[in-house]
Amino acid sequence: MRMSKIVRTITALLFWAVLVFGFYIVIHGHLTPGGGFQGGAVIASSTALFLIAFSKDEFLRKYKDVFLSVAESGGLLLFISIAFLGIGATFFYNFMANSGGIFGSPTPIGINDGDLNTAGTLPPMNIAVGLEVFGGLSLILLFMFLGAYLKPFSKESEVHEE
Amino acid sequence: MGRALKWVSFIFFSLILIWGLVNIHPFGEPLQTDMDEYFINNAQKEAAANNVVTSIVFDYRGFDTLGEATVLFTAVIGVTAVFRGVMKK
Repeated sequence: MRMSKIVRTITALLFWAVLVFGFYIVIHGHLTPGGGFQGGAVIASSTALFLIAFSKDEFLRKYKDVFLSVAESGGLLLFISIAFLGIGATFFYNFMANSGGIFGSPTPIGINDGDLNTAGTLPPMNIAVGLEVFGGLSLILLFMFLGAYLKPFSKESEVHEE
Repeated sequence: MGRALKWVSFIFFSLILIWGLVNIHPFGEPLQTDMDEYFINNAQKEAAANNVVTSIVFDYRGFDTLGEATVLFTAVIGVTAVFRGVMKK
């Protein structure tokens, strides 16, 4: 159930490029267009490439589905906990912005080059949401891909042997 | 008779929609610009991010993003519940 050798070779070349581009979108979410949702969707598209070109067994050898579940739930929990950390002022208060610590540099007003070490809680929230979207969309892709081999209208939900 | 009724109702609702389209508000000229001006003037200073859209989504309207993340989580739970038998082999 693998695709041809050409597709597998091109996928092995493109997989890491797609993955790195997704991480780039997530990490630069506060400077460039994009953010956690978009970058997570790009990372999940690398999952789709891998899953279609190689077999599901190869995929399940690399990624455990428990890892994807933990990424999804942990991303959502991390997002909510970062939101709760600013509870001294309000829920979702950006307590790290302009504080001088990590991600705490002030940004110049107007057009500027952009500094990665700005924006307070926005980069951690972007990373958390990116992790959640990656885990969630990858789980949906994996389960629907495995469900495509179910025998329809069978009493037990048994998997076809291809 | 039925066909004539269908055509009359079709023309009636089309005229209503065209009437609404004639009186539409001009694009790019909002009636109230207080909040837009506030975001444009203060987002770089308060949230310290160059991307004002991200600072709105994750800072000013964080509850909306929390709801979106919860919707995605619920969707994954639904798909997992429908395809719950596939991992057993």
